Amino acid sequence: MSKIQQINRRDFVKLFGLATGGIILGCNISSDSKDFIPQIEGTFAPNLFVQIQKDGNIILMASRSEMGQGIRTSLASAIADELEADWKFITVQQATGNAKYGNQNTDGSRSVRTLLAPMRKMGATAKAMLITAASKKWKVSEADCFAENHFVINKNTSEKIFFGDLVEEAAKLTIPDDATIQLKKVEDFKYIGKTLKSVDLKAFTHGTATYGIDVRIPNMKFAAIARCPVTFGSVKSFNANAAEKTPGVEKVFQLDRLVPPTGSFFGALGGVAVIANNTWAAFQGKESLEIEWNYGENHSFDSEKFKQTLTNRIKEKGKLVPGSTGKVDDAFEEAAKTVEAIYHVPFLVHAPMEVPNATAWFQKNKIEVWAPVQDPQTARAELAHFFEIPLENITVNVTFLGGGFGRKSKSDFVVEAVALSKKIKAPVQVVWTREDDIQHSFYHATSAQYLKGSLDTNGQVTGWLQRVAFPSIVSSFKPLSEYASGFELNQGFTNNPYNISNFSLENAKAEANLRIGWMRSVVHIHSGFGNNSFVDELAFAAKKDAVQFHLDLIGADRVIEGRSEFPYDSKRMKAVLKNTAKVSNWGKTIPENHGLGVAIHYSFYSYVATIVEVSVINEKVKVENVWTTIDCGLALNKDNIKNQLEGAAIFGMSLALYGKISVKEGAVEQHNYYDYEMTRMKDAPKIHVDIIEAMHERPTGVGEPGVPVMAPAICNAIFNATGKRIRSLPLVDFGLV
Amino acid sequence: MSKNLSINGKSYTIDVQDDMPLLWAIRDIVGLTGTKFGCGVSQCGACSVLIDGTLTKSCSMPVSYAFGKEIFTIEGSSPNLEFLREAWNEGNVPQCGYCQSGQLIAATSLLDATENPTDKDIDAAMSSNICRCGTYTRIKKAIHKAVALKNESI
Ligand code: FES
Ligand code: FES
Repeated sequence: MSKIQQINRRDFVKLFGLATGGIILGCNISSDSKDFIPQIEGTFAPNLFVQIQKDGNIILMASRSEMGQGIRTSLASAIADELEADWKFITVQQATGNAKYGNQNTDGSRSVRTLLAPMRKMGATAKAMLITAASKKWKVSEADCFAENHFVINKNTSEKIFFGDLVEEAAKLTIPDDATIQLKKVEDFKYIGKTLKSVDLKAFTHGTATYGIDVRIPNMKFAAIARCPVTFGSVKSFNANAAEKTPGVEKVFQLDRLVPPTGSFFGALGGVAVIANNTWAAFQGKESLEIEWNYGENHSFDSEKFKQTLTNRIKEKGKLVPGSTGKVDDAFEEAAKTVEAIYHVPFLVHAPMEVPNATAWFQKNKIEVWAPVQDPQTARAELAHFFEIPLENITVNVTFLGGGFGRKSKSDFVVEAVALSKKIKAPVQVVWTREDDIQHSFYHATSAQYLKGSLDTNGQVTGWLQRVAFPSIVSSFKPLSEYASGFELNQGFTNNPYNISNFSLENAKAEANLRIGWMRSVVHIHSGFGNNSFVDELAFAAKKDAVQFHLDLIGADRVIEGRSEFPYDSKRMKAVLKNTAKVSNWGKTIPENHGLGVAIHYSFYSYVATIVEVSVINEKVKVENVWTTIDCGLALNKDNIKNQLEGAAIFGMSLALYGKISVKEGAVEQHNYYDYEMTRMKDAPKIHVDIIEAMHERPTGVGEPGVPVMAPAICNAIFNATGKRIRSLPLVDFGLV
Repeated sequence: MSKNLSINGKSYTIDVQDDMPLLWAIRDIVGLTGTKFGCGVSQCGACSVLIDGTLTKSCSMPVSYAFGKEIFTIEGSSPNLEFLREAWNEGNVPQCGYCQSGQLIAATSLLDATENPTDKDIDAAMSSNICRCGTYTRIKKAIHKAVALKNESI
């Protein structure tokens, strides 16, 4: 458990940038560096801060980036609850990138999972100190006092003192010993597990939230960069005559690629940069550049051919992955029936509504950045590395993120902005066009999977062989990483929710010819699609009800401890499925041309089951209804969780229906939302979200777990409606949308 | 040459190229950043504004078209926009919030034209606006709610 500690005032002033009196609490938070994203800094001495001011206002520093997941509100609510604070006094301030805040990497659906306990403790400690302060004033024992709604109350006399009026006294106290701090009982929660609206609603509905792209610094310039269409290609020569004549354009120059050292960082692609006095001029200048490129070795890359290559590889025996058990070959030999299938997922891109962008000001031995980053500490460390500036002279201000989905954990756009500012000796904002975003991203990998399963005469699954191939994320850190790493396979492949005695997982080689990155729910997109599509095929072959078949396959109640502090509990997996089946009226008669499909998935330690109803009329699919149940342990902010699951359904639907990045001669073929399409209002289904009451469990992931179930549930529903099995995404390739 | 741009009832004198898209004139020259860039090609609606009451994608409209006309952006206020804001609050609609300026402007335009929009009307009016976070269900509900709030207020 984390330990509350006193914070030295100098640190506080530096981090807050203001020096009003009040109680300041810091708290050590253990780093969760075991998680799958490469960690840049080895050890942490992290602190988070809560400040109570004399006017009663409470400022909380949000250490994680806000990208639509509601984290600023969620973290604040945990402190406020234990503190018995009145919600209207809470303000949230965004922390800059600094190791003192602990791990700030906002991904892996882990912010609440790792921060809830320390946040609560911080609130409870502050409350204890306010109570002590009041008891001293009244000269009564602490046991005679309690806190309620921003006041400490004297039990005997019913006298009350406002929190703000206790601050001076409380600030003189030493922070009480951890062991004496009592946390509230679940039954007594006021904000935790209830619904709190976003603290940022007003800003969002008035256009006043500052995203990265809204940052304005006096005398700043705007920049656009023309990057080579082929990954890691370079500039051979360029003609900037027309660009330089574009009104508003001030400078055009070549920017060399910044190559990251092996094992860390993202670097920057380089290209030809256009500096202008407004964004439009920079875009126009970029358009009119004539550039000859050295395309380099990725020029021959063709995603259609690559799909074939991967398909050929998974037809052969691959590298056996640890965790395989039993004898699959024997199971197949003795089977009453075997089923085989091959599944494909194409390359995908995040396309957050706010394009990558960053504003930087490089001044002699000092860098300041304003950017929509998910991982400000990595950005900061990366800048220190490339520009040889001491870490303490680098400030990374985190703005609101107009969506992240994993794209904004990669700080290449920040590195670009700083390189440009250094060169032109002025503050500059680099803005990617949507085309830049679609064509130069860190892509979600494409995959091919071969599955073979066996059934006995009772229709029980006796064997499961799965061969998977997809370019590894590790390739972005260590070139030539051609096999999936353990952390990737541990996303739904080695740890699927089923109980199968003969299970074999093999991994085949897959090279990376694009920059590979993680996108919302990451490898679970592949495992969720392969596993659930195949279970549906097995259920059909066994002539069994798909929900019952899933339940049987999950098997008897069991808890798998594993290495994680969140053991997998098959009972909870079955419970979400049973609930979804119930609320969706699974088994009911549905209209003609309609179909139901089911999928379950365990990811980020949360349990999700989804049933989708589609209609297929004139060969066109419409997703009519989505029922999703999640068990994410303690549900911190219920309405926010619902919002996340609704969003995940749309996100998963977009990728199932439209998501496809294809590559010819090394270049991405898609450009913008017209050829990389998204689900829109008219296609949005009715979404019904249920949250399992599990307030006594620790909280687990929410932002991502709703995504992996969508594609397989939709495809299973299409099969149910039409008998047509889609094994390769997206549906638009089959003329179904 | 300097020209006048009237935004939310306020006049701004600016010196721009005639063919600069209105979006960039509003964001970079005037300095109102509530109107967002999402695609630049009329596909996402993040840049939605009203020009003399007509819903317009400002990324694809030259600034010269708006000279002498009245521009309404998310920084502005109108009775329908205020009902929508209230409904957006009640429904806790936004996630990242980035698309919501455009969504609210498009919804304002819908309510300006249609007193009691049906689901179908909403689908038709709101399908040019992408929300990558996927808040469509809430937006639809909130538009109905705004109509209810408005009707209650009369
Ligand atoms: S930015 Fe104008 S429609 Fe997308
Ligand atoms: S709320 Fe994020 S794009 Fe709509």
